[in-house]
Amino acid sequence: MLELRNISFEVSEEANQKEIVRDISLTVENHKFTVITGPNGSGKSTLAKLIAGIEKPTSGRIYLDGVDITEKSITERAQMGIGYAFQQPVRFKGLEVVDLLRIASGRQLSVADACAYLSEVGLCARDYIRREVNASLSGGELKRIEIATILARGSRLSVFDEPEAGIDLWSFQNLIQVFERMRKRNQDGSILVISHQERILNIADEIIVVADGRVAQRGTREEILPGLLGTSAAVSKCTGNELFLRQ
Amino acid sequence: MIDTIQKRLLAEVADLHEVPEGAYNIRANGQMESRNTTANIDIVSKQDVSGIDIHIKPGTKNESVHIPVVLSQSGLKEMVYNDFYIGEDADVTIVAGCGIDNCGTQDSEHDGIHRFYLGKNAKVKYVEKHYGSGGGTGKRILNPGTEVYMEEDSFMEMEMVQIKGVDSTARTTTAKLEAGAKLVVRERLMTHEDQQAVSSYEVFLNGKDASADIVSRSVARDTSYQKFDSRIIGNVSCSGHTECDAIIMDDARILAIPQLEANDVDAALIHEAAIGKIAGEQIVKLMTLGLTETEAEEQIINGFLK
Repeated sequence: MLELRNISFEVSEEANQKEIVRDISLTVENHKFTVITGPNGSGKSTLAKLIAGIEKPTSGRIYLDGVDITEKSITERAQMGIGYAFQQPVRFKGLEVVDLLRIASGRQLSVADACAYLSEVGLCARDYIRREVNASLSGGELKRIEIATILARGSRLSVFDEPEAGIDLWSFQNLIQVFERMRKRNQDGSILVISHQERILNIADEIIVVADGRVAQRGTREEILPGLLGTSAAVSKCTGNELFLRQ
Repeated sequence: MIDTIQKRLLAEVADLHEVPEGAYNIRANGQMESRNTTANIDIVSKQDVSGIDIHIKPGTKNESVHIPVVLSQSGLKEMVYNDFYIGEDADVTIVAGCGIDNCGTQDSEHDGIHRFYLGKNAKVKYVEKHYGSGGGTGKRILNPGTEVYMEEDSFMEMEMVQIKGVDSTARTTTAKLEAGAKLVVRERLMTHEDQQAVSSYEVFLNGKDASADIVSRSVARDTSYQKFDSRIIGNVSCSGHTECDAIIMDDARILAIPQLEANDVDAALIHEAAIGKIAGEQIVKLMTLGLTETEAEEQIINGFLK
């Protein structure tokens, strides 16, 4: 179980302090598929970064299965079982897809195993396994490779920051299937997704709504989702509002 | 006899663990250590200066020549001339390279001039690796000069690697290409501490449809200095591309000078140069996969120089 206790996060903007996350307390239960949603600028992505250790909270504590990880580095948290998929995946000159999957898995992954992860995210493995993770890959391809690294990592808690950003409609369906398979296969692991896509909210066990840096609502999908539909916390992919809503 | 230090150097520069197959000439501490010739490849010592002539018969296919040089005696300085004559339609691999181990206080230096004469339609893959080791205060210095003369429709791919331990290097490469000839260069360089590396290319595209593609990837660490100076001269309808991509770290310095000279309206020439530090987000990504910051840096550099 992941627990955030009274987490605040401030950034300096010119002379002023701006509070992005305000005294948030929440828990992400084991074996659950939790979605954090909310309008743009509500602090969702910052929460994901605070959990992965990329940002350090101004105040408050973070616990993973009862262990205080607030002062732990990104590396330590990764080794303790936190996986994190970037909203905008990073490109590397020279590193190949197979290298990245090997690093993610932490073992001498066979090419066949590496290929299996790629197939899972809908990429023809043979075409991609030796590709460099560089600018020759499209945003959508990179995003799927990013998700494959999380699959290879097999973390206790996998955090996805807007996994749908930058992928096309076909892979969107695929993405939902990836999550469903992950959930089935990794019974012990929990999944935390930052998203305001209705179709992702639709498969959530728990939904946490963040607005203006605070938890506005939380509960099961059945409790929360009906009230969100039609708001910017739950957009349907086909409305065209997507672009308008994204910063 | 080859000693263990020399054996290690040979493994580093020529991937040689045993006596190579095919033609070879192994030079150790300024002397010929061993040599083998084949029906198609002859190696002859020069009479006037130090060095060898390598003659590859026209039509020789799938053969290789290894000519590694190792220095393990501190204070040794040598100047060597090696000339390669590659016959028409030949298709061969040439592996050169120099390893210096200097445990002493005096500088050790190997200066080599390699000249390649490629006949029509000849194909050469050339691999040159440099490596230095040894904890002495004496410097390890390598100054290779390479001249390439390419006749019509010949092809040469040069892989130049210097990853570790050479204190000072000045590499000069010039090439002259006739019609339809193609030159591909892949250079990989890493410098540490206060090492200095200068790499200069001058490529003349003299024949119609000649082409050159020169790509250097380098990493400069500590207080090292690198200079990459690449010049392509297009005198006819031809195409040329030169690229320098460098990662700068610590207090290192890098100077990149790509130059193009077009003397014909149909000369299509491109240069690219980029110098930058490792992107912070690359390190963060690999840390989220469980690597430490140092391990992440190593992976990024290894990938970049692969």
